[in-house]
Amino acid sequence: MLWIPAGLALALVVLPVVGLLARTDYARLPELLTSGASLNALRLSLVTAVLSTVLCVLLGVPLAVVLARSRSRGVRVLRAVVLLPLVLPPVVGGLALLFLLGRNGFLGYLLDVTAGVRIPFTTTAVVIAQTFVAMPFLVVSLEGALRGAGDRYERVAATLGARPWTVFRRVTVPLLLPALGSGAVLSFARALGEFGATITFAGSLEGVTRTLPLEVYNQAEADVDSAVALALLLIVVAVVVIAVARPRALEGRP
Amino acid sequence: MTLRAEMKLSRGSFSLSVALDVPEGTVLAVLGPNGSGKSTLLGCLAGLLVPDDGVVTLGERTLTRSPRLQVQPHDRGVGLLAQDALLFPHLSVVDNVAFAPRSRGASRAESRAVARRWLSEVDAAGLADRRPAQLSGGQAQRVAIARALAGEPDLLLLDEPLAALDVDAAPAIRGLLRRVLRSPGNRRATVLVTHDPLDALALADHVVVLDGGRVVERGATGEVLSAPRTPFTARIAGLNLVAGTAEEQGLRLAGGGLISGIPSPDVVAGEPAVAVFAPGSVAVYPASELPEGSPRNTVAAVVGALEPHGPVVRLRTVDGDGWAEGLSADLTPAAVAELALEPGTPIRLAVKATAVTIQPAFGK
Repeated sequence: MLWIPAGLALALVVLPVVGLLARTDYARLPELLTSGASLNALRLSLVTAVLSTVLCVLLGVPLAVVLARSRSRGVRVLRAVVLLPLVLPPVVGGLALLFLLGRNGFLGYLLDVTAGVRIPFTTTAVVIAQTFVAMPFLVVSLEGALRGAGDRYERVAATLGARPWTVFRRVTVPLLLPALGSGAVLSFARALGEFGATITFAGSLEGVTRTLPLEVYNQAEADVDSAVALALLLIVVAVVVIAVARPRALEGRP
Repeated sequence: MTLRAEMKLSRGSFSLSVALDVPEGTVLAVLGPNGSGKSTLLGCLAGLLVPDDGVVTLGERTLTRSPRLQVQPHDRGVGLLAQDALLFPHLSVVDNVAFAPRSRGASRAESRAVARRWLSEVDAAGLADRRPAQLSGGQAQRVAIARALAGEPDLLLLDEPLAALDVDAAPAIRGLLRRVLRSPGNRRATVLVTHDPLDALALADHVVVLDGGRVVERGATGEVLSAPRTPFTARIAGLNLVAGTAEEQGLRLAGGGLISGIPSPDVVAGEPAVAVFAPGSVAVYPASELPEGSPRNTVAAVVGALEPHGPVVRLRTVDGDGWAEGLSADLTPAAVAELALEPGTPIRLAVKATAVTIQPAFGK
């Protein structure tokens, strides 16, 4: 009995991709993909996604450790807050960022007046938007791994004379590497696909903020063939991410 | 270093209130069932838990003086060996053992040299370059012992170190612990938490028995185990112990008799040893009847006392032939009635040789 809905679900996932493949103009593909706008978008996408993945790791690992190890009650509330970008529509996230860091936002105003820095509609804004939506993926997968492993190794390390920072560096982080790998891949994929928060907070300026998904959207109105070719490129990148990194969360293994 | 500890701690409905003294160079066994507070006690000593009230001193140093002073685990000079070896899976065996010297600031080369020395001390030098995942349970526990000792702790805490090992590996590790804990000239205080009286017998000088977070009995190991003063201790730790000299087939008594049994691997023929068997493995017959069949060890005795112990009745003997004095045997109430046992009744006891283990004599 389950086969029918299961088959429908699978078709829902697979058929659109097949439709896209069928619609692709393979003869013009090389030309479409190597156009100036496409290459600009691809380069920008890769650079910003890598930067935001690095940010996710640098900020997300300490956050995950604090969330998993802290025993205080407020942490439970904090965890819900961290998950917010995961459930929030990205457009809403983008608007929130704009009202924080935009020229009329309180932090944005402060930055503008004191340092002359304006963040919205810059590449920095793209990285911030991507980090905002991607970080929960990293934090959630790391926190799960940390809780599953418990703190037994950390306790043993402490009794062996290791100070807290040594424990973090020589025990916590190495044990976390597999989960960190899959979490980083998930974050990278999410950052690469980010659209709503980016277009709201960073706009769509070619070479500055127009990443691949924005370029696809842009071309969909002007040149459908080009949009399809770029979409294909995003699919290829996604498949490569799954095949190469094989994040455990995506394979259904614990 | 001598350990002195006095601790009180409450968690929900559980409360622990314990005072301990472990002179340097000796081993104290903490015996008790699950939930009696053994692990909490170790956690407080290791600095992983903070007692609500209490003082812990190690030699001249004060480790805990609640609520003001609480030396952190990494500054205590305490080694912890748990039930699971808990070797760091991402480090090789030698780097696991080198972890403590390295954490205390030794160079990589120095700490590896220390690690190799300790690995050969526990007969695991050949495992140095393996990964923890490639070790058997017994091998991993050997390495964990080396790792705990490589930090040269003044206080060594053993938390059920043999409980997770299979029956083939446990005696060898027990023998190894015996050797390293009793190495002459060491100034360490050791606290061994266990639910197995045999571990206490093999390793400890003194025993405290814990029940519901309170010490219900304390004393020299042999006395507590063979002549428990409380019914609780008798139930969880009561053992029959008969002293003599080890032989290949069993134990030679001072009076000349032989108790057949299975020597544990670390027992040496000709050395002082004890025959150990549980009260439940002692069968009771009328004095007139000579049991036929497989039991190798039989002895005439006289019933001294009969006490109910939960579902069974524990019989204690008074004088009899040779080794029969002061033994315990567990019977069902029905058997007591059928044999018409009462204090003064002459009886004959039988113990299968397979129920008797010959252990090296404890203490000094």
